[in-house]
Amino acid sequence: MSFTVYTRYELLRTFRNRRFLLFAFGFPLVLYVLIAAPNRHVHDLNGSGLSAPLYFMVGLLAFGTMTAMLSSGARIAAERAVGWNRQLRITPLSPRTYFRTKVLTGYAMSFGTIGLLYAAGVALGVRLAADDWLKMTWLILVGLIPFAALGIFIGHVVTPESIGPVIGGSTALLAFLGGVWFPLGSHGVLVNIGRALPSYWLVQAAHVGVGGSGWGTNGWLVIAAWAVGATILARRAYVKDTKKA
Amino acid sequence: MTAVTSTPAAGLGAGVRLEGLAKSFAGEREPVHAVRGIDLAIEPGETVALLGPNGAGKSTTIDMMLGLLDPDAGSAAVFGVSPRDAVASGRIGAMLQSGALIRDLTVCELITMVASLYPEPLGVDEVVARTGIDEIAGRLTQKLSGGETQRARFAAALVSNPALLVLDEPTVAMDVEARRSFWATMREFALHNRTVLFATHYLEEADAYADRIILMAHGRVVADGPPTEIKAMVGGRRIRATLPEAEVAELESLPGVTRAERRGEWMVLSCSDSDTAVRALLARFPDASDIEITGAGLEEAFVELTTREDA
Repeated sequence: MSFTVYTRYELLRTFRNRRFLLFAFGFPLVLYVLIAAPNRHVHDLNGSGLSAPLYFMVGLLAFGTMTAMLSSGARIAAERAVGWNRQLRITPLSPRTYFRTKVLTGYAMSFGTIGLLYAAGVALGVRLAADDWLKMTWLILVGLIPFAALGIFIGHVVTPESIGPVIGGSTALLAFLGGVWFPLGSHGVLVNIGRALPSYWLVQAAHVGVGGSGWGTNGWLVIAAWAVGATILARRAYVKDTKKA
Repeated sequence: MTAVTSTPAAGLGAGVRLEGLAKSFAGEREPVHAVRGIDLAIEPGETVALLGPNGAGKSTTIDMMLGLLDPDAGSAAVFGVSPRDAVASGRIGAMLQSGALIRDLTVCELITMVASLYPEPLGVDEVVARTGIDEIAGRLTQKLSGGETQRARFAAALVSNPALLVLDEPTVAMDVEARRSFWATMREFALHNRTVLFATHYLEEADAYADRIILMAHGRVVADGPPTEIKAMVGGRRIRATLPEAEVAELESLPGVTRAERRGEWMVLSCSDSDTAVRALLARFPDASDIEITGAGLEEAFVELTTREDA
């Protein structure tokens, strides 16, 4: 049995779906340009200490990669609807390989979004040391772990008819409360809610660019808690789903 | 009742063993007993048809044999291990009754993807050639017709190179030509000392392509034996004729007649051999009129078999 061949075809079919790609990559990019371009000379956005192009680059990146990760749920829901999961269950494919492939595909999509938005950011004047680019990317990749698990969870509990609103709604809410569209400030109800969400910490990854520590203990704890919780939920949903006739 | 469920007690680890298998589902008012206690053994190398009308419990039995469903009672073993272990070791290939293919891959790519999951798959080109799907191999799965999808699914089941091939109503949605080529491929595959089990509700398919037919109705095995035997039980014809004078006992003594029943002026004769029966009937009762010979539907035969059993 070959994990690489299986994963290669899973990636191939994901990237062959043009309409899906167009929305997944195009939407965050267009939004970014619309929001950041008019504000490209703002160097301290609402007291965040970050320039508008940098802040929104990471904000939209959080939005785009969240969507990419959660959309693996949409693909899972569609596969379940046609009975493909039942067919997979009568093959030697292990749940571990199944999860690994789904997570990997989500990350592959996210890399696309990250690359595009970095390029757009540089075009709008974002300048960071190579070291900071790497640190920021690393934090974003770690911050996406909970979303990878959430995508699988959603895919196994939601029907294909309602998966669109569920993913759209949760992305919009997580983006808003995570401070994708504007900095949440340093105190108040919104920021307190935000700090408990993984999307907030994705956006905070941008702070490495101004010498910030990135997340601090608080951020790591929140991401770890969400990652563990979402993984448990995803596993349970998968097991329960596959026991059904 | 001539249920021939006697199979020689073979060594453990061989073939398929189902013991006291039972499964119920929650129904609207009361539980539906889909499978009510099935015992059977299939030896390696056999080609077996699971024959029965819709609702007989064929698919539920197959799902338990594949480890897709846990039985309420009893046990299933395939090659001496649990169905799930047999699946995990790649020794079972199956084509379920329903199920489409995932989109955005060509048929050939999909078969390659499935092959990659098995320890000793057949060559993809070989399977494409053997199943005769060359012309659709390069097409995206979402552009296939119903019959073409079935053929692609069959190829995907075959590429796993299984010791046991399970097919649940495989020819649904296939046209006559596709059906013929499908069975030809299946036969060739079964030649290599592999075990094949297929479910069908067509007596003709079971008769033509299986060495053994297991007849199911209402969640039970009602007969089990070689096709000739099963065909005699359920494949008979009926003769209807206006015979006001004849006695039931006399008609039942005619060659080829298994049962006679009076319905007013009419007599209905269930026949194991209607040709012989009609000749004998006309010789004995030259004034018989309005003669009709019809195939007793499989459904009717099942009802008869099961009501006889329940009585």
